[in-house]
Amino acid sequence: MSARSDLTELGRSETALRAFLHGLPGVDQVGAEQRAAQLGTRSIKATAKAWAIDLAIRMVDLTTLEGADTPGKVRALAAKALRPDPADPSCPHVGAVCVYPSMVPYVAEVLRQPAGGAGPADAQAAPAGTGLVHLASVATAFPSGQAPLEIKLADTRAAVAAGADEIDMVINRSAFLTGRYQEVYDEIVAIREACGPAHLKVILETGELSTYDNVRRASWLAMLAGADFIKTSTGKVPAAATPPVTLVMLEAVRDFRAATGRQVGVKPAGGIKTTKDAIKYLVLVNETVGADWLDPDWFRFGASSLLNDLLMQRTKLTTGEYAGPDYFTRD
Amino acid sequence: MSERVTVRKTYKLYIGGKFPRSESGRSYLVQSGENSTANVALASRKDARDAVLAARAAGSGWAGATAYNRGQILYRAAEMLEGRREQFVALGIPGDEVDAATDRWVWYAGWSDKLPQVRGGVNPVAGPYFNLSTPEPTGVVAVVAPAAPALLGLVSVIAPAIVSGNTVVVAASPTDPLAAVTLAEVLATADLPAGVVNILTGRLQETVPSLAGHRDVNALDLAGVADAELATSLEVKAAENLKRVLRPVPANYDWYANPGLARMTALLETKTVWHPKGG
Amino acid sequence: MFEYAPAPESRSVVRLQPAYGLFVGGEFVDPTDGDSFTSINPASEEVLAEVAAGGVGDVDRAVRAARTAYDRVWGPMPGRDRAKYLFRIARLIQERSRELAVLESLDNGKPIKESRDVDLPLVAAHFFYYAGWADKLDHAGFGPGPRPLGVAAQIIPWNFPLLMLAWKIAPALATGNTVVLKPAETTSLTALLFAEICQQADLPAGVVNIVTGAGDTGRALVEHHDVDKVAFTGSTEVGKAIARAVAGTDTKLTLELGGKAANIVFDDAPVDQAVEGIVNGIFFNQGHVCCAGSRLLLQESVADQVLASLKRRMAQLRVGDPLDKNTDIGAINSAAQLARIRELADAGTAEGAQRWSPPCELPDRGFWFAPTIFTGVTQAHRIAREEIFGPVLSVLTFRTPAEAVEKANNTPYGLSAGVWTEKGSRMLWLADRLRAGVVWANTFNKFDPTSPFGGYQESGYGREGGRHGLEAYLNV
Repeated sequence: MSARSDLTELGRSETALRAFLHGLPGVDQVGAEQRAAQLGTRSIKATAKAWAIDLAIRMVDLTTLEGADTPGKVRALAAKALRPDPADPSCPHVGAVCVYPSMVPYVAEVLRQPAGGAGPADAQAAPAGTGLVHLASVATAFPSGQAPLEIKLADTRAAVAAGADEIDMVINRSAFLTGRYQEVYDEIVAIREACGPAHLKVILETGELSTYDNVRRASWLAMLAGADFIKTSTGKVPAAATPPVTLVMLEAVRDFRAATGRQVGVKPAGGIKTTKDAIKYLVLVNETVGADWLDPDWFRFGASSLLNDLLMQRTKLTTGEYAGPDYFTRD
Repeated sequence: MSERVTVRKTYKLYIGGKFPRSESGRSYLVQSGENSTANVALASRKDARDAVLAARAAGSGWAGATAYNRGQILYRAAEMLEGRREQFVALGIPGDEVDAATDRWVWYAGWSDKLPQVRGGVNPVAGPYFNLSTPEPTGVVAVVAPAAPALLGLVSVIAPAIVSGNTVVVAASPTDPLAAVTLAEVLATADLPAGVVNILTGRLQETVPSLAGHRDVNALDLAGVADAELATSLEVKAAENLKRVLRPVPANYDWYANPGLARMTALLETKTVWHPKGG
Repeated sequence: MFEYAPAPESRSVVRLQPAYGLFVGGEFVDPTDGDSFTSINPASEEVLAEVAAGGVGDVDRAVRAARTAYDRVWGPMPGRDRAKYLFRIARLIQERSRELAVLESLDNGKPIKESRDVDLPLVAAHFFYYAGWADKLDHAGFGPGPRPLGVAAQIIPWNFPLLMLAWKIAPALATGNTVVLKPAETTSLTALLFAEICQQADLPAGVVNIVTGAGDTGRALVEHHDVDKVAFTGSTEVGKAIARAVAGTDTKLTLELGGKAANIVFDDAPVDQAVEGIVNGIFFNQGHVCCAGSRLLLQESVADQVLASLKRRMAQLRVGDPLDKNTDIGAINSAAQLARIRELADAGTAEGAQRWSPPCELPDRGFWFAPTIFTGVTQAHRIAREEIFGPVLSVLTFRTPAEAVEKANNTPYGLSAGVWTEKGSRMLWLADRLRAGVVWANTFNKFDPTSPFGGYQESGYGREGGRHGLEAYLNV
């Protein structure tokens, strides 16, 4: 691994960037998938399960990214983010709400009500968990990323101005797959700058990258360019997050921290629907990068239906009886 | 005019492509054809050791040669044998036997690039792996040649060993060694690399126990050991480094019959290579 | 911290009897001239059952039962009917796999994760595979009408008790032989449960006979005048003794013995998978694996990096209760084996190698050894030459492919080898040159019933598995 200073120089030269990315160790597909599958057989029971469920709830980026989203829909989602289980005040709030830029103001209305206001959004008064619910917005011509850079930058600035404190951008897969790494890099750097104080999550759209070698390279490229998080998917292509893809990304953030000292978060998104799935991911985190990443600041789930399953399983653990979907809110 | 005085041949050992005398300086007398005798080298334990060294040294090159190349060389040996037919006949080998021995070389020569296909292949494992089994030579093989038929028996134990890439140290028939030494001359002119076949003449009791006990010999072919007690003691010695052992061939065995694959396959290892299949 | 709560597999599925007899002629019988011994759980030292130790007379009775079954029933039976019995057995194993897996872990000490996910699926698959051969032997490449040998004496080790049983019994029965099998002394119980499965399958009496006992029982079996075939898996030392014992007879012999496999990692290896492969290579089944990758050969240009990754990974290994579903490394099989591992590990330290184990709390009772690596090992160290058969890895380095081959082959053994490189031509170049019966490239410790397994040189002779595995039980 190169020394720290060398890594910061990489972005100045297409040649250096290419040499570095192509010099990363390969990923053997069968081995990576087998490792992920083996970790999937861990049996997480009782206290461990309860702990994992609450952590998973705190890690959910409660997401709606539909053309049909309306102010009413996203307000309801925001309310759920703050208080996922109205019947149980011990239930923690989720990690973030994730919407399109145009919906950010309506979510902010709910999440950012001043202390003592009607809602429960005041950080001090939050029912459980710590800190506030983050407001994430996808930007940069999500989900295709096929737009001129100026438009992506404007998209980003608008979302931040409207109150988003996290931006989920998509990389330019077209440039990446044709080997124009400098272009991908420069775009991420530019968006990073446009984010200002907001955190930048870089979506690799791993389903379109197709190979684990590409996932590893794209992870490094995003991190070198300044990503605070790397995220698997938009949720808009059929192949979304999988345990082996997430494993490869976790290995990348682990190695990146070892090389640079900077910690980067990971967000699998799309297709994670059940508590069982979520716990498998937490086991992956635990046994690949360890406790430092077992925190909503460093690991998130991009999901919508996952939350209700987590809530049902949580209830099952406390009451001993299986829960039913009618007892949890659908938004 | 007086009758021409013939040039007689000294029958020596065949080690590492050369024809040395025994390092012990000894020889013994055998019958040569109808009316003459010859002094044949009486190999010692040290000769046996030298032969193993030569066989080992030749091993990687011979095993690493292409199957096509090995087949060509074995076929060349058949050509040379055919050309020297009368020489063997003069030693008292029946012409039919020389012909059968020549045909046997040809038969085995053709196996070099077919045996791996017949004996190996892809195994359909239940997982995302390419899995291929291939036969490989076991290494250095010590062979006790059958006492008779002197030439056909000898060819029938050497050819199946070397066709797959093994190298051999042969203890020739003590009573009938001239065919073996003459065969060495055939092999020496057949482009067979030095050391692939090494031939010792002399007493079995002297050379074979040291070959059976030698830790750098991988297999022991007891074809020509008629004494059951000696065979057992050799097999016991061979167990010390787990040599592959071919037990003695019964006295009534028909060397003219189709030999099948058994003598080749007994001197093969199967290597199986796994590799994942991924994008 | 994410602390996994205990997740023990239930023992209730296993019904242990206080004492077991020998399985001879289709019935459980008391030994006539034998004795008995206790079988314990190596993870707790609790007594599991009293097991019969067959004497010379018991072995004779079992061989006679096998001979009778061979002559009267199994030999004459059409292949398609033998096949159906084997298919039945395969199905019964699948149906009772949880019971077998739990008992295997109890008796052997291996993690339930492995007995459940590796051993038992392979056991069933092995019977399925050879069942299909029983009526197709004419097409197996040995010429028309290959004949069985007769009575096979089979002696198996304690590291994969049921899997080794399957590797022995399935091809023997498929080819029309009958068997007398002796399980290892410390792990008899799943073989006896397998005997019950034979009864449940209505397998004709005497086709499978199980004679439990220690070395003396095995010796009596090998030396019995009426066995036509000996198949042994175990130590090289005992293998040589068996080879001597059958010298001068007509008994056909196959041996699957020890190993000291090199696992070679090049600087272009897929490093995360290589680290998994190293861990799997030496810590799978507590390192009680004849083909374990016990010599790690690291290319010097990446040695430090790979070692750091390996140590980090080893810190994740969960050592403890074999029945806990999250256990990665279980108990050492016996006090004797533990003593052997300790002796060799101590020799490694004494000879100047650097020893390292992750922080690891071992249970108080039972036989345990923390996963261990030795660095600074050279070819001259005992731990680089002798088979340890435990969770102990010796790390050596090399500079070039040629040096890797030379070091890998510098052993009297030749069972397996591993190669990690993304360069296809180099992988194939090495695969050609490594003197080993199995070469795992970019993977390790993979097994399949269709894939022949067995060694070069002092790792034994003959192959088990695949079409090749039939040969050991046919007169070809």
